[in-house]
Amino acid sequence: MTPIAAARAVEFEYLPGAPVIRGVSLEVPTGKLCALIGANGCGKSTLVRLFAGLLAPRHGEIVFQSAPLGSLPRREAARQIAYVPQNTAMAFPFTALEVVLTGRSPYTPRFRFEDENDRACAMEALATVEAEHLAARPVTELSGGERQMVAVARALAQEPQLLLMDEPSAGLDLKHRASLARTLAALRDTRGLTSLVVTHDLHLIDPLFDSVFALRRGELVAQGTPAELLIDTVLAEVYEDQHVRTRRVDGRTMIWSN
Amino acid sequence: MSSVDDSQRTQSGAALPGRRRASARRAGQKPGGRPEGQPHVWRTVLILTALLVIVSAVALWAGSQTITLSQLRTDALSRTLFFRLRLPRVVMAALIGASLALVGAALQALFRNPLADPSTLGVSGGGAVGAATAIAFGWAARVSGVPMVFVAAFCGAIAAVVVVHKIARTGPVMLPGALLLAGVVVNLIASAAVLTIQYMTDSERALQILRWLIGSLDVVGFDTIWRMLIFLVPCWIALLFFSRDLHLLAMGEETAGALGVNVARCEWAIHLISSLLVGVTVAVGGAIAFVGLIVPHAVRLLFGQDLRIVLPGSLLLGAAFLIAADASARVVLSPIELPVGAVTGLLGGPVFLWLLYRRQRYSAL
Repeated sequence: MTPIAAARAVEFEYLPGAPVIRGVSLEVPTGKLCALIGANGCGKSTLVRLFAGLLAPRHGEIVFQSAPLGSLPRREAARQIAYVPQNTAMAFPFTALEVVLTGRSPYTPRFRFEDENDRACAMEALATVEAEHLAARPVTELSGGERQMVAVARALAQEPQLLLMDEPSAGLDLKHRASLARTLAALRDTRGLTSLVVTHDLHLIDPLFDSVFALRRGELVAQGTPAELLIDTVLAEVYEDQHVRTRRVDGRTMIWSN
Repeated sequence: MSSVDDSQRTQSGAALPGRRRASARRAGQKPGGRPEGQPHVWRTVLILTALLVIVSAVALWAGSQTITLSQLRTDALSRTLFFRLRLPRVVMAALIGASLALVGAALQALFRNPLADPSTLGVSGGGAVGAATAIAFGWAARVSGVPMVFVAAFCGAIAAVVVVHKIARTGPVMLPGALLLAGVVVNLIASAAVLTIQYMTDSERALQILRWLIGSLDVVGFDTIWRMLIFLVPCWIALLFFSRDLHLLAMGEETAGALGVNVARCEWAIHLISSLLVGVTVAVGGAIAFVGLIVPHAVRLLFGQDLRIVLPGSLLLGAAFLIAADASARVVLSPIELPVGAVTGLLGGPVFLWLLYRRQRYSAL
């Protein structure tokens, strides 16, 4: 099957002479739940921003549905690709519903406010992440985890085909972390939503995720199913940590570092 | 594997599934737990326009000498006073107040900083240096009918913008944090430069500089106003054009980018338009403080956070506010006239604090 998105020999650097992404080529399979893992500073967030079109590769190209992402008009891209950033803090007390409604802006003409249909879509997105009760609350009063849920709802309101998330489980409690993973899996199963999730939360991956990509120092060093990647030898290489240990318990992979 | 077909994607106008209709009804519920209702931009515009009309009428009537309609019909002196002094002054206050408040609202969203205001860009500081230099050297000439002090202030303002822009642009992108910091530092340097100029010049000119710094709306006739309008109206329209982009940018730069906003282009354009607006207003009215900071917050407190409402609301309330401040400046200690810049602080500060007290949950500051 044609991948929904792909990186072809992508290189990127924020400052000249300091490459962050080094010749990465990977294909995000359509309708799959994928994780992007790696140590801090290995380039995961940068790679996701490249897929989101927020950064442009210095060399190589990002392809979305067989066409260069750069050739897609921004609004059209925003209808196809949603991105949840790592930092969801806000300076102004917008209500959660106002935040989620911005997810409808790619569908709304510049000088028109969102209509009833958009509001219903936003409420449904909030309900999907079990955050409907937060709709009227100012986001500045929400906890980090609650803000994260609102940000995910905003991305879902875009009705994307590809959902990119940068550490969405950071700040979420045990219940909501598991709930988020289940929601992503459900969206994959019911709507065919493809997700690429940057995460340090390796326990989130197994058994719900389909594919895992591992970066080390800006290079793709491993890819495969969770069962193939979440093993001592591979993780030791990815994280450059010989103390990583894994164990299969009740169909899940437990991971820790001594 | 299932895929997303077009019927599942709900572009505006598509049929509402039953669940969506139910959600829509829930979204429209009233308090408590009522989500914010549909933004009422026209209601906001109507209310604030009515306020602007009322405030303008009172300001036209009030002064050291009140002017009634019958006097306007019968008395030539009253007509001259009204059409040559009072009306232009009210219009000038409206133009400057509207511009400063609009820029304040735009910059607060652009920088995602509730404390940003027109002075943030360093424009008012640069303008002050230009004006202080012109006053200190006694440049009384006019350029195409425009006083040299205005020209010098505008040039100073634009020079400050260029410096701030150059410093903030590191590499291919402009960093809002660096822009903010560079603007604040340029303003501090400008303040020191103005103080030095005041110290070096004679006392009469130092007093003139001080009066300029406090801000004044003295104007005779409509010549200056027509010239200002050529700059201001296109800039207002351009900033209002970016309302939705600013609404998205206020949520975060990456979020806005992911929602289809060309962030770099927007930041550049908003910076440029704001600089032009502030440059013109500072050149003509001096550094009138507080309007750009408090008016957008007052609009937010009264009408909600949506920038598509806050921007036009700030334009109208800024105009009404500065007209009211100027009328107060003329009337309170009549025939002595207070500096309008002092009144904006004395009048606006407490009103803003009251609004803040009334809405405890407002947590933007």
